Amino acid sequence: MATTGSEQNKAPGSTGGALGMNVRDAIRQPLWLLAELTYACPLQCPYCSNPMDFAKIKSELTTEEWIDVFKQARAMGATQLGLSGGEPLVRPDIIELIRAARDLGFYTNLITSGIGLDASKAKAFKEAGLDHIQVSFQASSEDLNNLIAGTDAFQHKIEMAKAVKAAGYPMVLCFVTHRQNIDKIDEILDLAINLDADYVELATTQYYGWAMHNRDQLLPMKEQLVRAERIAHEYQEQQKGKMKIYYVVPDYYEDRPKACMNGWGNVFLTVTPDGTALPCHAARELPGMTLPNVRDTSVKEIWEDSNDFNRFRGFDWMKEPCRSCDEKVKDFGGCRCQAYMLTGDPAMADPVCSKSPDRHVVDEAIERGRRESEKSTEVAKPLVFRNPKNSKQISGF
Amino acid sequence: MTNRVFNADSVPVLALGYRFQWEPMQDCYVLLYPEGMVKLNPAAGEILKRISEKKQTVSELIAELKVAFDGADLDDDVYQFLEEAHGNDWIRAE
Repeated sequence: MATTGSEQNKAPGSTGGALGMNVRDAIRQPLWLLAELTYACPLQCPYCSNPMDFAKIKSELTTEEWIDVFKQARAMGATQLGLSGGEPLVRPDIIELIRAARDLGFYTNLITSGIGLDASKAKAFKEAGLDHIQVSFQASSEDLNNLIAGTDAFQHKIEMAKAVKAAGYPMVLCFVTHRQNIDKIDEILDLAINLDADYVELATTQYYGWAMHNRDQLLPMKEQLVRAERIAHEYQEQQKGKMKIYYVVPDYYEDRPKACMNGWGNVFLTVTPDGTALPCHAARELPGMTLPNVRDTSVKEIWEDSNDFNRFRGFDWMKEPCRSCDEKVKDFGGCRCQAYMLTGDPAMADPVCSKSPDRHVVDEAIERGRRESEKSTEVAKPLVFRNPKNSKQISGF
Repeated sequence: MTNRVFNADSVPVLALGYRFQWEPMQDCYVLLYPEGMVKLNPAAGEILKRISEKKQTVSELIAELKVAFDGADLDDDVYQFLEEAHGNDWIRAE
């Protein structure tokens, strides 16, 4: 008998990886539901992928509304549920949501900063059926972590990482890397080893939302990446069989785009705190979106029939050079949000691609980052922290 | 055979964080793990189903499979699968 299972690879990203799929023409069904339960968050990370105007959103889905969304997505075949935010632990009904999701058969992933978690909660979540807790770190040392998170959180995170393991979960740590911490990659990995982590995701910052606003301060330099990659590979070798390390090169430095979301409307469904359904968590910022809401439309109807989910499905929407490119089945033309942010047209090739006529825009961004990095701290642009005050000020409401 | 993890007396168990279940929409057994899923073919499904349901030695597992599959000669296939599954970090030996 043939005994090999077919594997769907993990594709890590800074805000939760998308579930991989080998075959593009499989039955279209959502496999991954990312539930952004709230935009409230005690941290103020300047690389947050939440929209700049998050503070506008006041009306969060109720417990019953979320459970109904879980039921609908599960009935369509979704297996992975990401409970995210903002900080999902801010929701007082988090345990109820975990239990409902697990009872439906979801593999439940809690994506948290660890703030609001304690040892007894980690245990209670386990009893409710939570499968996995991912604790995010901003850096390896207390000072840098606290500076970047805009709060005093580091010691607590260390305690929480230990509590997660003590409660019987695999310890999964996520470090979001960027110019200001990537040179500490060895310290980051040493910390993970000391904590006896099972998985470490070195998630490169992706430039959406707040991270895009702060890009000049966050984009790492080529030489930093070369060094980081070498060190990550050394640790991968050394930790084989003990700790799994995922390391991904930032797409600005690749010459082919990432297979964003494994294709638009293919496997990934995000529901935002107010019930807006999106093909990816950044898509709200694209022009021409109809932004269907689970409060008035079924998840099935949104997934199958909405303008938003069909807009960039398949290949018919593509322009040149994607349309005639034989690599389109691999990368789906890259990221629609990135194409829009960098070229003004979401149907263009992701300008990361060396075949894109707009590649120079990416190179110019890299160059701007370099010039900024060479400035002394007194004259460099300050990081803009993600908080309601800045959200209101920048978005003008 | 070099560096085999499993022998007749070892007890295979699912690795930490892995969950096994039937997925009606996929029409197959799957292994779920942090942010990922493996679709299993029927043979892999039958083996992992037994591993996830109760702790038993490899020889007990093989005996049970032989009963289920009309005494088929499947020892080598089971060992091969266990080593492969271990290599993928899906299971460990207790």
